[in-house]
Amino acid sequence: MQVNLKNVTKKFNDFKAVNNFTLTFEEGELICLLGPSGCGKSTLLNMISGIIPVTEGKIFFDDRDVTNLAPQHREIGLVFQNYALYPHMSVLENISFPLEIKKVEKKEREALAVEMAKLVKVDTLLDRKPAELSGGQQQRVAIARALIKKPKILLLDEPLSNLDARLRLEMREEIRRIQQETKVTTIFVTHDQEEAMSISDKIVLMKDGVLMQVDKPQVLYDNPLKEFVSTFLGNPPINTIKGNYNNGFFEYNNQKIKLNYHTNEEITLAIRPEAIDFDEENYDFKAVIKERFKIGKEELLMLQFNDLLLRTYATDELNKNVGDEIGLKLKNKGVFIFDNKGDRK
Amino acid sequence: MSRQQFSLNNKIEPILYLSPFFFGLIIWTLYPFINVLLISFKENYNLLTGSYKNLGLGNYIYVLNNLKFLNALRNTGIYVIFTVPISTFLALIFANLLNQKLKGIALFQTAYFLPLVTSATAIGLVWKLMFNTNFGAINQILSYLNISPIHWLDYPKNNIYTLIIFGVWNILPFTIILLLSGLQNINPLYYTVAKLDGASDFKIFRRITIPLLSPTIGLVLIINTISTSKVYSELFPIFSGRPGIADNLYTVVYYIYDLFYVKWDLGKAAAASVILFLILFALTLSQLQIQKKWKHY
Repeated sequence: MQVNLKNVTKKFNDFKAVNNFTLTFEEGELICLLGPSGCGKSTLLNMISGIIPVTEGKIFFDDRDVTNLAPQHREIGLVFQNYALYPHMSVLENISFPLEIKKVEKKEREALAVEMAKLVKVDTLLDRKPAELSGGQQQRVAIARALIKKPKILLLDEPLSNLDARLRLEMREEIRRIQQETKVTTIFVTHDQEEAMSISDKIVLMKDGVLMQVDKPQVLYDNPLKEFVSTFLGNPPINTIKGNYNNGFFEYNNQKIKLNYHTNEEITLAIRPEAIDFDEENYDFKAVIKERFKIGKEELLMLQFNDLLLRTYATDELNKNVGDEIGLKLKNKGVFIFDNKGDRK
Repeated sequence: MSRQQFSLNNKIEPILYLSPFFFGLIIWTLYPFINVLLISFKENYNLLTGSYKNLGLGNYIYVLNNLKFLNALRNTGIYVIFTVPISTFLALIFANLLNQKLKGIALFQTAYFLPLVTSATAIGLVWKLMFNTNFGAINQILSYLNISPIHWLDYPKNNIYTLIIFGVWNILPFTIILLLSGLQNINPLYYTVAKLDGASDFKIFRRITIPLLSPTIGLVLIINTISTSKVYSELFPIFSGRPGIADNLYTVVYYIYDLFYVKWDLGKAAAASVILFLILFALTLSQLQIQKKWKHY
């Protein structure tokens, strides 16, 4: 099912938690609502589910206006951060409970529940109580329970936040697999950019209730339209320098970087760590090596530029040591210029 | 301060903190309990001289063959069997109502808990007036429903119902408090999830609230069974200090009181107390056993 948001706004008293969203989520996509905590992403999800009423604007599922429809009539499945499995019911009962409410016959609903349990790989745990399951298993059961009614949309609210790092990796691949097998339109809330980048078809990046940018993860990374987008995505984070452009040079505290730009004004230069080359003859600027860290297969380099530390990756051929000055050249890809309002130039 | 002194202090200090409690426990619970047990085996025991005729089971044999005691046992049993389930059932309904997020709910909560801070005797006198056959409020209300006046107080066979109604009312607030606190411990997210799936209020109550509340319900049943088995003070205000209008409504504790203070027969009173204790002990154990099977998680 396609989800259409038309000028959706949520106000809590005077505070705009979600500000004028117009968006379309295509059928069968896995969409991430991404942003720092308090940006309104959970509020937006809860408006789509119907738990929180919309202040202004309309929500459509396909062509159907669901703005004032009660949650139980929206044909959605919801998974909460802490799973909210009924502690007194077995895994089988938990998964089949939505069908029990619909008065589906016991044999039929249990058969369907077993099928769902197989999909999420908990079919060996059917008689266990939630307290006897690991976090990841509870998560799987919660997803099965959300899917058993064959919802048109699956909504997941920070589903991986309660898991440890290794389980989180495993479960995000599982969510991706389950989504691809069922082809259900899925909306996923997270504050973890790596999580969002790795599983989603599309990312909706939000800040303070305002939509920053919507696109495929790689497009957001390669072509951020706002400074916030460039800084929020990427690990290690992007290097940002606020300064002035003057006739062929970007200046920060009287230190210069050679740069190709058209107007003399105040700008922010944002450079991805991988967008810096080493070039002793034809360099754009110089900096001093402050530290070198070997992390797994990569070596991270900290460069002292004036009073700033810039991050980049070392190459195997780099034969400079800590304290040495080196010449650096900016690549075309991964270098962005933003104006003082944070918009891309 | 030397190291040794320090460790000695460490040992004495906790004992000092605990001692007031143990002191009280020994003097007011343990000693009387053991003493009652000992006295129950002494036939014709005299409290003042400490003399007795025989050491044996005579008191028990007398009590267990005494019609008055058996009658008291029956009355108490009926009282418990009706009062506990009825009050628990009503409290469950009221606790659920009081758990709603409504305007002015605090006012209702206060109103329901008010009986807890009033004296049972004072309230009992009010109930006595309300039970009056000719001008009591209860018969008045029943007359609106075209029910002819019931002789709550002056017809002996009705006395047990009168006592049960008063008893239910009496333990209701305490039961509601326990159940309400149990209800408030249930994560509201379970209700949200169930409602999202379209569950009716009754379905949620039956499949989620009741199972998750079952430990509290079990506790309420045990506490109320014990407290109602000791029914005694409720009799005084309603029946003018007598066990029923024709001395027909002896309860076990009233029987013990009668033997002790009126008949001054300490040995038999002690034996009856021990029998009551054993019955309550067995009841509590079996209830705990049943509750274990109830526990769902």
